[in-house]
Order: sequence, then C-alpha cells, then structure tokens
Amino acid sequence: MTVRSYGFGAIALEAAVQVPATFEYRRASSVEDALALLERFGEEARVIAGGHSLLPMMKLRLARPEFLVDINDLHELDYLRLEGGELLIGALTRHRTLLESELVGRLFPIFHDAERVIADPPVRNRGTIGGSLCQADPAEDLSAVCTAVRAVAVILGPGGRRSVPMQEFYRGPYETAVGAGELLVEIRVPVRPNAGSAYRKVERKTGDWAVAAAGGALSLADDGRIGWAGIGLAAVSTSLAGYRRVEEALVGREPTDELFTEAGRIAAEDCDPLSDLRGTEEYKRHLAGELTHRALTLAAERARAAGGTGGKDA
Amino acid sequence: MQVTINVNGEDRTAEVEARHLLVRFLRDDLGLTGTHWGCDTSNCGTCVVLFDGEPVKSCTVLAAMAAGHEVRTVESLETGDGLDPVQQGFIEQHGLQCGFCTPGMMMSARALLDRNPDPSEQEIREAISGQLCRCTGYLNIVRAVQWAARHPAGTANETETETAGSTP
Repeated sequence: MTVRSYGFGAIALEAAVQVPATFEYRRASSVEDALALLERFGEEARVIAGGHSLLPMMKLRLARPEFLVDINDLHELDYLRLEGGELLIGALTRHRTLLESELVGRLFPIFHDAERVIADPPVRNRGTIGGSLCQADPAEDLSAVCTAVRAVAVILGPGGRRSVPMQEFYRGPYETAVGAGELLVEIRVPVRPNAGSAYRKVERKTGDWAVAAAGGALSLADDGRIGWAGIGLAAVSTSLAGYRRVEEALVGREPTDELFTEAGRIAAEDCDPLSDLRGTEEYKRHLAGELTHRALTLAAERARAAGGTGGKDA
Repeated sequence: MQVTINVNGEDRTAEVEARHLLVRFLRDDLGLTGTHWGCDTSNCGTCVVLFDGEPVKSCTVLAAMAAGHEVRTVESLETGDGLDPVQQGFIEQHGLQCGFCTPGMMMSARALLDRNPDPSEQEIREAISGQLCRCTGYLNIVRAVQWAARHPAGTANETETETAGSTP
C-alpha cells in the first residue's frame, strides 16, 4: 500500500466503512495452539490481541485477513519480569500494565513517558505491546521506544525460536520480521547500569498519533561521559533505526546541552518526514531535532539520578 | 458462531457473525441501546462499556472476543436502590446537555471510582480523556464525578461549593 501519511488515522478520515469484511475467528487456547492455527492458515491469518489497530484497519479494508487468531486467552504471554540482566515483557502485556508497573518505570522511564501519550485509557486497557510492535505503524510510539533501548523481539514459529533486534524487526511501514506461521511472544530489554531514558512526543490532541516523537536512552561511564546511547524516532521516517550518526556523536562525550543540541541537529538532518495533515516536512524536522534534544536532556538527568544504583537493583 | 457474554450479570447468548462488533451485539441483539454508537473508530468513546470491570470502546471489540467475559453497560448503573451516585451526580451538576456521550462518560466514571474512590480533578480528566463531549466543555462532567465521589450513597445531603475549574 502507498503510505501517504505516517499514522493510519490520517487515512481513516476518508473512509466510512464500519464493519470488517468477513473472516473466520479462532480463539487460541495455548501458544502451541496459536502456532498450529497460524501454520495451518498461513499468509491469510492475522493474530489479534487488543485489536485497536487491526480492527480499525479491517473496517477500512486496509487489512483483510481471512482468519483471525485471537490470543487474548494466552495469559502466559502477559508478564513483566527481570531475568539475567534483562527486562522481559510478554507480548500480550497491555499498555496499562506497562504504565502502572513500578519496575518498568524505575528501569525504563521511557516506557512510562510513551505510555502516558499512547491513545487513551480505554484503548490502553486493551492494546498490547506485541500488537503495537507488529502493527509497525511508522508513527507508533513503542516501536521507537524499543528501538532506542535496543530491545530484542523473540519470535516463535515452525522453525523454532529466534531473537530479532528491533532494528531488524521493523522492516518498514506495517511490515515486520514476523513471518507467516510465526508469533511474537516476548520483548527483551537489556538493563544497563547508570542508564537513563526518556520519550518526548508532540501530538495535535490527546490520544492522537505523533506529529513527531523522539526516544533517547543513554548510560554514563564512570568518568561521567556517555558510554552508550540509543535513539528512536516516530512519525518522521519509514525507518526506525537511521540514527546511528546521532548515537555515534554522543558516545564518549560529556552530556552537555551543546552536545544534545548537536544530536538534535543531526537527527533533524537524518530523518525523512512527509508533509501531511499533521504538519509540514519542515515543522516535523524541527520537532525531530527539538524532541531529540529534550529526550536526551531528560535521559541524562535520569541517568545521573540513577547513578551508583541504576541497574544494580536488577 | 454462537457467543455467550455475561452482560450486566446475566449470560446472554446470540448467533453472530465473527465480524459482529460488541457494540452491535449490545444494541441490536440485546436491545441495550443505552450504549451509544458514535465514531466507530475508537476515538469518541461514547460506546465505552466495562469489560471485566475496566472501560473499553465496544466499537473496537468483537462480540466473539467478549465471549466468556463480563460486560457491564449503563443499564446496570441503576439498581433497586435507585440511581448510581454517578448518575445522580450528572443530574446534580448538569453533566450533560445532548446526552450522547453520557453513557460512556458514566461508565468510565464508575470504573474510576471503583478503583479510586477519591480521585483528583486531574485523575478524573485523565479517566475521561478518551471520550469526547461537544456540549459541556467537560467542566460539569468533572463536577458530576466529583459529586459522585463525595456522595457514595448517591443522595444529596448538603449544599456545596464546587471546585472543578477553579484552578488552572
């Protein structure tokens, strides 16, 4: 499909079909059952969890699966836990659970920043992290967040279990590494010492897709310099991982305002926004730079606050 | 396919298509037209019902997905003991004009008060932030929920000064 705008809400305004086309519905009773159903139906099947991206797209005929495999009964995929220096997030974890988790907020405040501005409370009660990532909307917040924190997606399928870094998971608008017959089951986020993270988004109104948004994560070395940095931007490109130049500019440097301004300048250069009803290309580039600056500034503050203990309580 | 959903405490069964939306099940199959059907794109929130106790937009849930779950609609608010405090609050504080958003607003308010009997103004505004009202400017809706929080028994017992909107 041609993507004229990042965030399908822009397309939704033009159509008025209110019932999805026909499909067959199957409710999976276990992960094994879900995988068997997905393998049987192949390319014609879609997984449904919260459904708050997929059902609107089905109403608009932007998606027309012949089979829906409902995974809402797979409670074994709804969890948050620390294990081996990683935060493990089950794919069926709801937005609300992420937002209300003290553990997530302490280790990765970037998730809380983003969750506060993802849609609205009733939608967050249903929507899941796995669904958000698999929807792969270029304006989707958690994809940018997971890119910034270098999350790894765990996918199960006929070929067994594989782990895919976020930068490779997201293949472009509405495309992911999850193939036919496969199921995203877990997101793993490495916990780093002395780390901080933040997400900053500009939206036209509460609950809307981003005009532009930026996520930044960094950790501080013992000498106070930036030891590691990750950047993810939403709504300003068809790629999520094109900010290596920003990350390289940060590592080994003192976390100063000048540095973060420079990082924002590079991000604004390297993004690729489209003019649409949410704003002009120029405005979005400006936002990309400014929001990168703000996200990194807050991430550095949080890293300093975490200093000495950050990550160790893992 | 046949689905059975516990609606307002009672198991209700209907033969539906897989693509049938929960809001249509409630309105068309059960005749529970208190749940309104608005934008159909999960924006306006007038179709909010409680799904296992928490607000969801019923235009974006398949009836099939609700099978085996508990759904609570605005029709359940009034009991033999009278109106729910939230309903009384909307009366006391003039929380509606046209009334189209009201069922969804009241269900979100009920869920909020069930979890947090003494919410701040900000918490109330956050709780209804997924729902649109084009009449009230929200002020009287917030006051209605505040009224309900102050009157868990649902009856007015004093003349009071309202606080919502008095500070930025």
